[in-house]
Amino acid sequence: MTENSDQIGAVPGPDASSVPAAGTGLASGYPVPLAIASSGLTKRFRGGQVAVDHIDLAVPAGSVYGFLGPNGSGKTTTIRMLLGLAYPTSGTAELLGTPMPAGAVGVLSRVGSLVEGPAFFPFLSGWENLARCDAADRTADPRTARARIGVALERVGLTAAARKRYRNYSLGMKQRLAIAAGLLRPRDLIILDEPTNGLDPQGTREVRALVRQIAADGITVFVSSHLLAEVEQVCTHVGVMRTGQLVFQGALTDLRRTHAPRVSVKTTDVEAAATVFAKLELADPRAADGVITAELGDTEPERVTAELVHAGVGVRELVVETPSLEELFVGLTGEGFDVER
Amino acid sequence: MSAEVTDAPAGLTAAQRAEEGQPPAAVAAYLRFFGSELRLVFRRRRNQLLLLVVFGFPLLIGIGLKVAAPHPDNNGGGNGPAVFFNQLAGNGVFLTLIALQALLILVLPLVVAVVAGDSVAGEAGYGTLRYLLTRPAGRVRALSVKYLAIVTFGLVATFIIAITALLLGVILFPVGPVTLLSGTTVSLAAGLVRVLLVALYIAVAMAAVGAIGLAISTLTEHAIGAIAAIMVLVVTSEVVDQVPQFAVVAPYLPTHWWSSFDALLRTPVDTTTLWHGLLSFAVYIVIFGAFAWAKFTSSDVTS
Repeated sequence: MTENSDQIGAVPGPDASSVPAAGTGLASGYPVPLAIASSGLTKRFRGGQVAVDHIDLAVPAGSVYGFLGPNGSGKTTTIRMLLGLAYPTSGTAELLGTPMPAGAVGVLSRVGSLVEGPAFFPFLSGWENLARCDAADRTADPRTARARIGVALERVGLTAAARKRYRNYSLGMKQRLAIAAGLLRPRDLIILDEPTNGLDPQGTREVRALVRQIAADGITVFVSSHLLAEVEQVCTHVGVMRTGQLVFQGALTDLRRTHAPRVSVKTTDVEAAATVFAKLELADPRAADGVITAELGDTEPERVTAELVHAGVGVRELVVETPSLEELFVGLTGEGFDVER
Repeated sequence: MSAEVTDAPAGLTAAQRAEEGQPPAAVAAYLRFFGSELRLVFRRRRNQLLLLVVFGFPLLIGIGLKVAAPHPDNNGGGNGPAVFFNQLAGNGVFLTLIALQALLILVLPLVVAVVAGDSVAGEAGYGTLRYLLTRPAGRVRALSVKYLAIVTFGLVATFIIAITALLLGVILFPVGPVTLLSGTTVSLAAGLVRVLLVALYIAVAMAAVGAIGLAISTLTEHAIGAIAAIMVLVVTSEVVDQVPQFAVVAPYLPTHWWSSFDALLRTPVDTTTLWHGLLSFAVYIVIFGAFAWAKFTSSDVTS
């Protein structure tokens, strides 16, 4: 956790724009190799409830893929199917080109995962828990186990607490130990299900920095979240789930493009400002008490400022609002985060 | 994605990749997993307490019997513990048989039930099962390792009873050539071999309990529920076995052949009974092992 910068958009790894945009396209539409691909993946629970409804995931290799959706939208069930923990009702899934769950034993040693929170034996220390994990992995070399466990713990900043019992760990430490377990071996894909759940802001920052580091190593990261701010800052791609369906998938830049930035002017003379907006042919003007907004389109904000000043409109504030992922997200998933199920 | 990402071996991962070493042979990896499972079972405070209890019972029985020593009369006939009691004053080796017989009814199956019931259900309860399987441990591999650990625990518990009772018997009572149930006397060495075989027979009986326990453990996330269910099954079987009206089904009960180890204490050894018992245990191991396998390999891990 040395690199703890938290700049927006400072995502190492592949350039998002070099990956073809595909909306909610099928896996086969991608010319790049896919780390995760699914086709018509469906999970119907015994009660008849469809948790995951024909989703076609396409996660480009090398991307940081944000898997978004409100609680109960089917994210964890999807991840469980991808990892071979749950069997799909219909449809297929591939991890690193290997069909799941049939190829689970072969491919999962290349995949690190955190599913639905950390889980370890409370009566063992962090170190012992990782040793237990490593011993269960049939392809891990026992001769390098000590070194690998040491490196993994160091990477998440738990070296000092390695010999402490897991039951005495704080929530953040537990979460980090789970990530360390995912990093015990060199991976090609890391799947993190709600990695910042229950963490304080500092812990969230640390996880975000860690995700950046992992991505900088060229590892594909698939990170699910219902908290959008964190995903917005680290992801190159997003998939948005709503009641079991994938309602959007593609590069983050494509998602932003779907919602135009707006210019917002705080002024004493809304009517005069509206006249200027009309002259500039800004679309969808909306006036409220002391504030007027409109879609910016191709017009430069400098020009809007100049025209307003030229027309003698008293400008108190001029802001270009790019909709946050949060707003886009709510637009895609609808209001009422967790009432649909 | 850009080419340099795939081609450039980056930072820590590359270093990790280099020092990662070679994947071990399948057998070595299996033994490592098994060793890890054994550490998990034997280092658990609760399980250590169970072994302590199992160690304490022979001491209680031995000292109790020494204080109220029975007279060595009326031997050479009959069945069951009464015979062992009568022999004890003449030969300390019989304390082993008394202790095993006494603990076989409830304590030993309980000890096995705790570990077996906890095996899968416990991991599911902690949530560690999903991480075990995504290691990947392999479902069949994980199940077999867990079963072997249960069998090992049952074996160790049985031998703790046998060895403790034997040592105490030697200390408290006279020791010499062993008079078998059939009336013939064999040398002390031959007698000890028979006692060893009795312990192994009981360990196989406990392996059958372990298989039943493993199967029940795959059905739930609550270890305590699984443990209770196993004990209910054991006690029910023992009760039904005692009811004359159920004599028809008695030979098929999981507990029916447990005390048939006395077949080993006759000359010649009553092999028919012995094989019946072992066949019964084997059938239980196969049926419940298959059930555990079918359940564990086909169901979703939702914990």
